[in-house]
Amino acid sequence: MKISGAQILFKVLEAEGVEVIFGYPGGAVIGIYDEMTRQKIRHILVRHEQGAIHAADGYARASGKVGVCLVTSGPGATNTVTGIANAYLDSIPVVIFTGQVPTPLIGSDAFQEVDITGITRPCTKHNYLVRNIAELGKVVHEAFRIAQSGRPGPVLVDLPKDIMQTEIDEANLDINGGYSYEERLPTTAEIDEVVRLFGAAQKPLLFSGGGVILAKASLELRRLAKTLRAPVTSSLMGLGAFPAASPLWLGMPGMHGTYAANMALCHCDLLIGVGVRFDDRVTSKVEAFAPNARIIHIDIDPVSIDKIVNSHLALNCDAKSALAILDERLIATGFQPSPTVAVWLEQIQDWKKEHPLGYRKGGAIKPQFVVEKLCELSGGKAIVATEVGQSQMWAAQFFSFDEPNCFLTSGGLGTMGFGLPAAIGAQVAYPERLVIDIAGDGSIQMNIQELGTAVESNLPVKIAIINNGFLGMVRQWQEIFYQKRYSHTELPKTPDFVKIAQAYGAKGLRAQREEEVEAIIEEAFATDGVVVMDFIVAPEEGVYPMVKPGAPLDEMDFGTVAAGEKTNRKEKREAGEGGDDPRARAFN
Amino acid sequence: MEVKENIISILVNNKPDVLARISGTLSGRGFNIESISANVTKDPARTKIIITTLGSKATLAKIIKQIAKLVDIIAVEDLTGRKAIRREMFLVRLNWGQEGRKEKIAALVEKKKWKLLCADDETCILEISGENGALLAEVMELNELGLEDFTRTGVVALERC
Repeated sequence: MKISGAQILFKVLEAEGVEVIFGYPGGAVIGIYDEMTRQKIRHILVRHEQGAIHAADGYARASGKVGVCLVTSGPGATNTVTGIANAYLDSIPVVIFTGQVPTPLIGSDAFQEVDITGITRPCTKHNYLVRNIAELGKVVHEAFRIAQSGRPGPVLVDLPKDIMQTEIDEANLDINGGYSYEERLPTTAEIDEVVRLFGAAQKPLLFSGGGVILAKASLELRRLAKTLRAPVTSSLMGLGAFPAASPLWLGMPGMHGTYAANMALCHCDLLIGVGVRFDDRVTSKVEAFAPNARIIHIDIDPVSIDKIVNSHLALNCDAKSALAILDERLIATGFQPSPTVAVWLEQIQDWKKEHPLGYRKGGAIKPQFVVEKLCELSGGKAIVATEVGQSQMWAAQFFSFDEPNCFLTSGGLGTMGFGLPAAIGAQVAYPERLVIDIAGDGSIQMNIQELGTAVESNLPVKIAIINNGFLGMVRQWQEIFYQKRYSHTELPKTPDFVKIAQAYGAKGLRAQREEEVEAIIEEAFATDGVVVMDFIVAPEEGVYPMVKPGAPLDEMDFGTVAAGEKTNRKEKREAGEGGDDPRARAFN
Repeated sequence: MEVKENIISILVNNKPDVLARISGTLSGRGFNIESISANVTKDPARTKIIITTLGSKATLAKIIKQIAKLVDIIAVEDLTGRKAIRREMFLVRLNWGQEGRKEKIAALVEKKKWKLLCADDETCILEISGENGALLAEVMELNELGLEDFTRTGVVALERC
């Protein structure tokens, strides 16, 4: 019985449990697309290959499975490079299949030929050019192994057209063997030492990141925090692994982090970093980072350990196993936190009350208000994708995440245009859930064509455009560092996003006054279909607090909001009344 | 921070782009490669790559970690220092036409156990091999004896017995 390369591909995809491919056809993959007509797998047709890779990425982030995309050779492949680099920096398991010209033509500058394995070598975990039909099945199988094991990442497989059409005897098909990954567990000695450090700590702080979500270790993190009675902060990529509703929750630290999280980092004496990579958005001035703390670093990637920050003790292993073993040991030995930890927790609560996240209401719609309303009216059940910039930061600050895999944001590469296709991917994974893309007017235009994908494939994502007429985050930096010389950051009033939504067959809604916001959101959430909400917001609002690059984390600018000005719904629950705080520095 | 020459021995699967991936990883992260030598081992499915690089101990540790995490890497070893036997070979072309040079060069070849590979009236080619540290200095001394050009293999190394 003969089997073609294209059939082998689908056979392995089925064996890997792949249910959906995001893709766009072309000459080099026309044979694969023809075979697809005889296959059961679902295919979502995008409108730009960048949409395909971001959708596969969003699907993977939301579901925890491997995302798959299929594009043609040449420009189809190069259109995925941004998305591949994006997945690489955030360690997302995706497999990208690119078509390639037939093997005899490779290297001859053929039509739609690029050396995509050369181009993506630095931004893939691994990649392959399939050289013959005999290795095709093995390579695809291996690609899935590599994408998911250890620190996950994107794997690209380049498929020459002639190989996909070649046939072999099905009896000779062998897809096994090859890459193997050995999981490492912490040693007893390492656990002993960590437990000893826990016991000695008076001001412990748990700092969790994207790695905890990738390891599916949210439950283990919660348990350990409870056993340790340690407050928890999380990087942008880790939001949701620990519930924001918990009294131990500090908010996100770093450049736009909360006052409480940054103060906790500055004053803690034991920092337990799990699945974090100590990125510069968090550490700021590395020499001044966590100056009073011994650092325990738990990470699956040995490269991350001691790369930026020197750890006192490092566990190079999977987060889920490490957190579970630690919690078990603490409970088995009847661990009690040091009595001074109670004082530390009180200090934490004081910090939370001193400078809660806030903004000044009044006048035009405030972007933070829009995010708060989206959070409130979604009842904490939404999956939120973001674009990049001010809107992304406001989403991270003012949306409360209580579950992992609900916040899909481009952290490492910071890719504008990520949110809409990522939301589409998430909606494919969870057709029944509310999926929101929080975007800026700049970002939404980077992959706006994917509105077509969402409408045609019946993926009822809700897009909230924070429309301030600026490339907001760059404008903020020009305000702070370049005396408001807004060089090419003012975006025109066009296009009319409501009309664009309608042109694509979606619903378009606009709010221009604060009183209109709630009704617009309610209508959008109740609509069974794609909705674009255009919120015309205050043009020069800034993201605060802000730690300037190279400054220590306790040097925060709070903008124009005075301390004690309780405008944030989230904090109103716990906050008391506060007076004027001399540390609040009015901006400019 | 002490900067010295380090030797790393990398055992890899013999696959088409492993070398490209290793050198790309190092150059992409700003690490330098002084010399690189790669060839199949006793097992044709495996290749050994020897890299020499300048850098501090901390830099070397980062380089080794970056290489070790790549797919197709079987083992990475730091052979710097006494732990390894290192050799390099130079092919050197000398212009020995000048008065007296032929005799001097012949004497050196005899004394240092180099090999004379080919010769005519004007030029000769020598094969010089040895431990690479002192070797470059010795070869550069041949400037006085009409050194025209040379080509080097790069360091190869094996762990000491």
